[in-house]
Amino acid sequence: MSEDTVRFHFDVDGENFTSAGEASVQVKKLLRQLGIAPDVIRRVGIAMYEGEINMVIHANGGDADVLVDNDKITIILADTGPGIANIELAMQEGYSTAPDKIRSLGFGAGMGLPNMKRYTDDMKIESEVGKGTTVTMVVNIA
Amino acid sequence: MTVNEAIGLLGLETLNLSDGDRPIEGGYTGDLLSWVMGRAQSGDAWVTIMTNINVVAVAQLTDVACVIIAEGAEIGGDVIARAASQGINLLRGGKTAWEMISALSDKI
Ligand SMILES: Nc1ncnc2c1ncn2[C@@H]1O[C@H](COP(=O)(O)OP(=O)(O)OP(=O)(O)O)[C@@H](O)[C@H]1O
Ligand SMILES: [Mg+2]
Repeated sequence: MSEDTVRFHFDVDGENFTSAGEASVQVKKLLRQLGIAPDVIRRVGIAMYEGEINMVIHANGGDADVLVDNDKITIILADTGPGIANIELAMQEGYSTAPDKIRSLGFGAGMGLPNMKRYTDDMKIESEVGKGTTVTMVVNIA
Repeated sequence: MTVNEAIGLLGLETLNLSDGDRPIEGGYTGDLLSWVMGRAQSGDAWVTIMTNINVVAVAQLTDVACVIIAEGAEIGGDVIARAASQGINLLRGGKTAWEMISALSDKI
């Protein structure tokens, strides 16, 4: 992390489902103020939203950190939820363990992780069952 | 065509109008939010029957030109208030998603 890295931190509340996505919307506004290109902001916003919602739905919340460097934006989403037993399976389009209550809100298509992969230049998932999950995503600033 | 023109064309009810002059460049219809996140383009008219609060964040992050609620689906005052505070054009009409999208696609 270089000296001029700009860093944003958010506590993502696992209880408050109605405000889910707030951190991502906030980041979009902050990046706009920093003069980041709209297409980069859009990719960061979408990828972060999917990860943020996953922490709310599947892990009862967590921490979100966004690091803005000259050449890239790094998003780190860390939770102490149940973890992901089979990451390869979870990454498949259509795979979801979301409960019915959540599906009725429009989530649970099993497209969140694939979207995160598609909209970022690099994505790493570290997860341990019973301990939690950390997703690190990088979007390059062209 | 602009959002204002779409309102006229489809006879839409304006729940929140923050930028009526915004051009509509395409369209997408769907109710599963991460499908919309993955597929909707910036500048699209997003037609949906999903009306919970998460719709506002999805609209905000995908940068769609407007959200059009189809088939007159019920929507809460909290959702309309959130759309207003986030500057999201939120409209509603009685037509089906098919009727709305096909009318729009003739003009885009
Ligand atoms: N942070 C997490 N902690 C635990 N499990 C997770 C986490 N993120 C994802 N998962 C698991 O991976 C699955 C796939 O996630 P993905 O985001 O692709 O789909 P979804 O959240 O179920 O539905 P959608 O994102 O389409 O609304 C989830 O159903 C869940 O089982
Ligand atoms: Mg998800």
